[in-house]
Amino acid sequence: MTPAVRVQAEPFDAAAEEAALAAGRTDVGAVVAFTGYCRDENGALEALELEHYPGMAEEEIARVAHEALARWPLLGLTVIHRYGLIRPGEKIVLVICAARRRAEAFAAAEFLMDYLKTRAPFWKKERRAGGADGGWVAAKAEDDAAAQRWRE
Amino acid sequence: MKALYFAWVRERVGVAEEEIFPPAEVATVHDLVAWLGERGEGYAAAFANSRSIRAAIDKTHAQPGSPVAGAREIAFFPPMTGG
Repeated sequence: MTPAVRVQAEPFDAAAEEAALAAGRTDVGAVVAFTGYCRDENGALEALELEHYPGMAEEEIARVAHEALARWPLLGLTVIHRYGLIRPGEKIVLVICAARRRAEAFAAAEFLMDYLKTRAPFWKKERRAGGADGGWVAAKAEDDAAAQRWRE
Repeated sequence: MKALYFAWVRERVGVAEEEIFPPAEVATVHDLVAWLGERGEGYAAAFANSRSIRAAIDKTHAQPGSPVAGAREIAFFPPMTGG
């Protein structure tokens, strides 16, 4: 099974991606889809500017995807990550895992998100309401801890 | 080798990419961070705290002790905040 990995500026249609993953199959018993959105931080945020490392972003997500495939017997896997200007309410990232049973689909989706957070080369810069530069978002220790627990 | 900079590393250095020619004694990522940090004010600001710098060699994550010999492209960036 080859995971579908896309890094793009354009919005994506999460429902259509999920339908495509399961279309024509009768072996899939569970699909878990995670969508990460840009939130407005109680009105303080106007937009996020997502910088990425072209080439490495795709390669690193694919490496993480193959690690997930080595751990769980997935039947389908799609990962989409956007870059560029993203406003509150817009989708940033999509992970869809299809499997025979829900346990592996849930676990693989969580693993993928935990690993993408700490390994995929993307950086968020905040644009505050009114247009002021809000600076680069700092990496969170809790994200490192979330990724670390899969190694234990 | 080509050096790439992202996020606040790029902003502090002032360019997104450049060709660099480190001397032979620069053997590891750690050495390269120290060498780059001495290239000027912006570089010093970018590379002062080596613990907050991550690196990738030829688009694969590297460690401070990773050798840089033979690298075509080496990137420096802060801890990642995607997802």
